[in-house]
Amino acid sequence: MEILFGLLAGVLMAGGVWLILSRDLLKFLFGLILISNTANLVIFASGGVTEGRPPLIGESGFVEGVANSLPQALVLTAIVIGFGLVSFTMTLALRAWQSIGTTDVEQMCLSEARAGMTDDQGGVLSSQAYAETLQPHNEHLKSAEERP
Amino acid sequence: MNWLLVSCLLVPMVTAILAFLWPGSRRTKGLVSVFGSVLLSVLAALLLRQVWIAGPISAQMGGWQAPMGITFVADHLSAMLVMVTAIVGVAVSIYALSDIDDARAKGGFDTFLQTLLTGVVGAFLTGDLFNLYVWFEVMLISSFALMVLGGRKVQLDGAVKYVAINLVSTVLLLTAIALVYGMAGTLNMADLNGALAQAPDQSLVTVVSVLFLVAFGIKAAVFPLYFWLPASYHTLPISIAAVFAALMTKVGVYALIRTFTLIFTPQDDLIAQVILVVALLTMLIGVLGAISHSNIRRIVSYHVIGSIGYMLLGLGLGSALAMAASIFYIIHGILVKALLFLIIGVIEKKGKSSELSELGGLYRSHPGFSMLYLFAALALIGVPPLSGFWAKLMVLKAGIEHEAWVMIGIVLLASLMIFIPLMRIWFEAFWKTTPEHQVPVETDRLLMVPVLALSAMLLMLGLAPSFLITLAEQAAAGVLDTESYLQVVLGSAATPTPEIKP
Repeated sequence: MEILFGLLAGVLMAGGVWLILSRDLLKFLFGLILISNTANLVIFASGGVTEGRPPLIGESGFVEGVANSLPQALVLTAIVIGFGLVSFTMTLALRAWQSIGTTDVEQMCLSEARAGMTDDQGGVLSSQAYAETLQPHNEHLKSAEERP
Repeated sequence: MNWLLVSCLLVPMVTAILAFLWPGSRRTKGLVSVFGSVLLSVLAALLLRQVWIAGPISAQMGGWQAPMGITFVADHLSAMLVMVTAIVGVAVSIYALSDIDDARAKGGFDTFLQTLLTGVVGAFLTGDLFNLYVWFEVMLISSFALMVLGGRKVQLDGAVKYVAINLVSTVLLLTAIALVYGMAGTLNMADLNGALAQAPDQSLVTVVSVLFLVAFGIKAAVFPLYFWLPASYHTLPISIAAVFAALMTKVGVYALIRTFTLIFTPQDDLIAQVILVVALLTMLIGVLGAISHSNIRRIVSYHVIGSIGYMLLGLGLGSALAMAASIFYIIHGILVKALLFLIIGVIEKKGKSSELSELGGLYRSHPGFSMLYLFAALALIGVPPLSGFWAKLMVLKAGIEHEAWVMIGIVLLASLMIFIPLMRIWFEAFWKTTPEHQVPVETDRLLMVPVLALSAMLLMLGLAPSFLITLAEQAAAGVLDTESYLQVVLGSAATPTPEIKP
């Protein structure tokens, strides 16, 4: 059973990494979901997989053959946290798409100056950008409206 | 159960909830946050005092004995770090009263600042590996929220990079923790001490240790995993950037120090060598990056990276002196970085720009404030008798002890070169004449309160460093000789516990 889990984890991780290396933010996100579930599988498998036994200890104390309850608790925690993070990232991706107008990370370069770019595009915080910090609100709404 | 230890976690947590629910204006929410941070620093001081007098203390959650339950431990290193965290919390929450606009405050700035502090304090105090992951998440999700508050384009752009790389690091950390559990059957950090040495497959232990190194290395922004930091920090409002720069990367460094002394045995020469080389390259890249930029925010962002190098040298060299030097540097680094960011914020408000070419004339209009910048810059450079000097002196002494001449050369070179960007800010923003279209403006006097307080604290550290040096030496001894840590967590009943693995 552990071998099956291991293989599955490997396949998921490989797929996840392939997606994460993509330039598209959405593909990156799906890759992230895959590798975070790989981590959950690894936790589960590393505790030892027991078939058909409850993770409960009888009144008499430790009984042979019960399932290990700790990895199950860890996986639950990790799933909840992972879910929260993925939802946040998805919202962030949506907002980034609405306000920057692309999900291609190559074109998302407002925050990093690159060779051959002028200051304006490079997003170096010039006086103009600073003026923007003073009145930051509703700018995203405006740019969302402008889009057809 | 030690309530002092637990209340250090509860106070920021409750403050976060209060700041969220508190009816009233931006100011009152901010004052709740200031009050909570002050209370946290009082508790942290009491905790530090208790650890100083009576040695490390621990608390077992729910009364479950370690390694069954979740443990919180405060040894010298943790207590010191909680103390400076609280100080930074106070400084930033006061500064934010003036710096953070109403919209961001309504978006929950004070709440997220306090949850961030909860996560940082939790990471410093926990004695359980999985719990460490959870505190990292608490810290991370708060930092995500702080990062996008305001929702400017450039901010969202920086946040995408920050979030992406940090999530990858999180998954690596979780996988590494799972593999450790699979090998050792426990996640209590004290219980793990020495457990992996008996694992049948030592090469897997090395692989897992590298996973930890990469996961925490991304958080700590070491070479070559630092690219997210200069891409995102400069997009933030300065209060948020200050708390990120001062605290976030240091949690990564702390986690590296903990795992590589407690869980993975320091005899592993290969990992120590890797850490040493990475530390030196981080130092160099930090200073070179700072030289190459002409925006004050970007310059100080690269200083954050550079200082991480010094903090990791202790782990690379592995001796008590080197570790003490690193711990001293962490404390000094957190305070000086917070101060420098807050000062940069004031420069930017006075000059209405963060581009060096658009700044100028600040010395003529604000001579007193200029002296504060000069002080912070010299403290960071390490001019005697300021605190950076003692930190670097200790690093060099450790280098001489190890006869690591290459390392000494690189440390000296980096320390010399750090002069260039900081003095360029001095000449461009303060010394040169005012650009014609810009006249420095007056700023809220409230901004100067935390700046002056942090400067006074750093001045004291510089003039009377012996207290902190003693503390750092004790912390280093506690980190390297794990006996007292194990004793306080596992107690006298350090007998093998029943295996629940089937």
